[in-house]
Amino acid sequence: MHLELRGLTKRFGSFVANDNIDLTVEPGEIHCLLGENGAGKTTLMNMLYGLLKPDDGEILLDGEPVRFESPGDAIDAGLGMVHQHFMLVPVFTVAENVVLGRETTRALNVLNRRKAADLVRDLSNRYKLAVDPDALVENLPVGVQQRVEIIKALANEAKLLILDEPTAVLTPQETDELMEIMRALRDDGTSIVFITHKLREVRAIGDRITVIRRGKVAGTASPAASESELAKMMVGREISLVVDKPAAEPGDVVLSVAGLTVIDPRGVTVVDDVSFDIRAGEILGVAGVQGNGQTELVKSMLGLVRPANGTITLDGRDITRHDTQQSLEDGIGYVPEDRSHDGFVGAFSVRENLVLDLYTRPEFSQSGLLKLDSIADNAAKRIEEFDIRTESMEAPVSSLSGGNQQKVVVAREMSRNLKALIASQPTRGLDVGSIEFIHKRIIAARTAGAAVMIVSTELDEIFGLCDRIAVMFGGRIVGVVGPDIPREEIGLMMAGARKPTADAVGTGGSHG
Amino acid sequence: MADDANAPAEPARDRWSIGDVEQWLPTVKVTIASIVLALVIGALLIIVSTPSVISSMSYFTSYPWDAFRNAGHAVGSSYWALLTGSVGSWTAITNTLSQAAPLICAGLGVTLAFRAGLFNIGAQGQLIIGAAFAGFVGFHTQLPGVSHLVAAILAGLLGGALWGGIAGFLKARTGAHEVIVTIMLNYTAMLLLSWLLSLKPFEQKNVANRISPLVDNNAAFPHVFGLHFGVLLAFVAAYGVWWLLNRTTLGFSMRAVGANADAARTAGMSVSMSYTMAMVIAGLLAGLAGVEQVLGDHVQLSTAFGGTVGFDAITVSLLGRATPLGTVLAGLLFGALSAGGTQMQATAGTSVSLTQILSALIVLFVAAPVLVKTIFRMKAVGDEGAVLAKGWNS
Repeated sequence: MHLELRGLTKRFGSFVANDNIDLTVEPGEIHCLLGENGAGKTTLMNMLYGLLKPDDGEILLDGEPVRFESPGDAIDAGLGMVHQHFMLVPVFTVAENVVLGRETTRALNVLNRRKAADLVRDLSNRYKLAVDPDALVENLPVGVQQRVEIIKALANEAKLLILDEPTAVLTPQETDELMEIMRALRDDGTSIVFITHKLREVRAIGDRITVIRRGKVAGTASPAASESELAKMMVGREISLVVDKPAAEPGDVVLSVAGLTVIDPRGVTVVDDVSFDIRAGEILGVAGVQGNGQTELVKSMLGLVRPANGTITLDGRDITRHDTQQSLEDGIGYVPEDRSHDGFVGAFSVRENLVLDLYTRPEFSQSGLLKLDSIADNAAKRIEEFDIRTESMEAPVSSLSGGNQQKVVVAREMSRNLKALIASQPTRGLDVGSIEFIHKRIIAARTAGAAVMIVSTELDEIFGLCDRIAVMFGGRIVGVVGPDIPREEIGLMMAGARKPTADAVGTGGSHG
Repeated sequence: MADDANAPAEPARDRWSIGDVEQWLPTVKVTIASIVLALVIGALLIIVSTPSVISSMSYFTSYPWDAFRNAGHAVGSSYWALLTGSVGSWTAITNTLSQAAPLICAGLGVTLAFRAGLFNIGAQGQLIIGAAFAGFVGFHTQLPGVSHLVAAILAGLLGGALWGGIAGFLKARTGAHEVIVTIMLNYTAMLLLSWLLSLKPFEQKNVANRISPLVDNNAAFPHVFGLHFGVLLAFVAAYGVWWLLNRTTLGFSMRAVGANADAARTAGMSVSMSYTMAMVIAGLLAGLAGVEQVLGDHVQLSTAFGGTVGFDAITVSLLGRATPLGTVLAGLLFGALSAGGTQMQATAGTSVSLTQILSALIVLFVAAPVLVKTIFRMKAVGDEGAVLAKGWNS
């Protein structure tokens, strides 16, 4: 299918989300839409998909102007969209989800399950989208759920598939599998619009690249372009893809964990006798595959979960029994891993979220009364300092892009003197510009003398930021290594090999 | 939004600013449209239930004007009576206000709990216990001068706060769902009052029914121009709730817990403290509603005490979109319907149940904004029901 967008414009109030955008997608092409979070990629695709009405401009499919009043119209015209957040019914099977809304029935309106399952099987064979039609969606891993979304679109005979940030939720292996699927679809003649902000991916899979910046087309590029060229086009300035940091000057031990054990409500030991020290002015990275106890370790350090055993010391003071408020007051800054769940209150304004854990300090309140003026001054200052892109400080944080939401959290946590900073997945799902910015702030916290702990599943981030790396597996720390260790070795440690030595590599190899 | 864009960096410092017009105007429009719709349907009901209209229908084809004239007269006189009975004279206005005051107070109790993420169904029970405490101090003790009134009011507030606090405490400590607990506490309160009325101190001499004595004159709210002082307290309470929510650290944490309890906990707030405090204050507000009835309207405690005020309060809060100002306006509307309804029945002969139908219809339409917008061809706007829906999920 040939798609052309001509001069598409969308305004929200006086904010121009999309400004006169032209875009052409040829049949059987993977067209990458590259841009920072909040650049307007999703707005553009929502207009194409009938979720938003353009204020200006037109959409042409195979040369014919079309007007979509709803996603239903778009689907009928042969468009399919896989949203960033899946639109699946968790308690239904894969087949049921795929035929949802267009069920074929037998006599007495009984759902024809076999036909639905056959349809899924057929599509999954044709495009190597391995999935069990009878599995319940809620039991499937995220990567497979995404395949279900793709099958759903294909079952609707989509000729043009829009994938909105499909890799944000995937592991590296799942991403590779998705790319295989995309290639198979393209070779079969399906056009694909692939929305992303990850440079490596567009270069790996794209046939053509359109870069969007602040609601405008910043240019087009070929996949042969270098990462730094693309990054420059996307962000609008030269940016360094390597974290630039001076050598660490570690001071005294500030944050210390000894023999920490956490048992979850089911009685499973999720953190098992963990000990480590972090010195002032150094960054300790905690690497590991998701679900190996990192979440619980961090939560117990913040008083959100009570450890069963062990001690946590900050500046020589035992803070094991401190609740969250005390821990924050002790001087720990905390960037939680799931920001929209734990990091901010979406319905609250940027101004309010910037003091969410500071509002009881004498700076912002006195005898139980909020000092609204200082809270507003603080917001104005932080928005400026952290370059938070928002319509106003009164806008709810839920209306911001992911990168800017995270900036709100980071700005809040760094707006006081920190003895220690604990950041979990600080850049997950963020764009290059925001990642660079947040990394710089983390380095700045280190330079200021804080003991920094970064928990991340992204090895790039761990290697780029950290002075020492602790690898977690099965609730234990299997080893603490320097950042000069080869990637393969750390990969093996993450998979459960015990010691960071040549022996361990050998053992891991023989197991494999 | 447009205002913001003109001055994006300007902090919202104006304490009395009416806020973002684009944000609340659609809500107001829908509410007004709902009232109009309800009145239209109410008019149809009046027409089909008026004997003179029905009898003139028998010769409608030969002389239709009679039917139209009778119908117009029936609707006109009913609504005129409703209007004059609620705002037509000073007496009418005082009636409206004194009917509205307990609704506003109990409605504020529901509103405050809503904002803290709790659905308080228990205003009725809190009101009854508040009234029982206030009444007991009012008729059983003897205190000099104004101290008697103050003591009675404080006792009432304490009673309501205790009753609300039980639900809050159970929620905070054990996770018991506040909807279930408050419903059960409503029954408990009713039966408790009934039992109390069988005891000596609550007995009125020489009366066989279970009815308490009237409160001492010292303990009753003073009247000025036919209005009792308790009405003023309702408006003070509304301002107080707004102030608490928007100006205090306690209100800040309550709203944060209500909007995202996980983030609030992560930010070091005590979620259980917030739940308990919200229910204590909600109960206190509902208790104030009971105080107003016992000390202001000279209602004796009886097994039927409270009527449906505590339940209407939920409707009032929902209609007011769980904001203090909205609760006051909705309370006034319901007070007016209640005061005007009596007049309507007396002068126009239209059953007082019509006002209940009207209030039910208004709420129905407000709860279905899409329907109202379709009928009035209003522009579709964002998700307004969000605040209301939240209570059910928590």
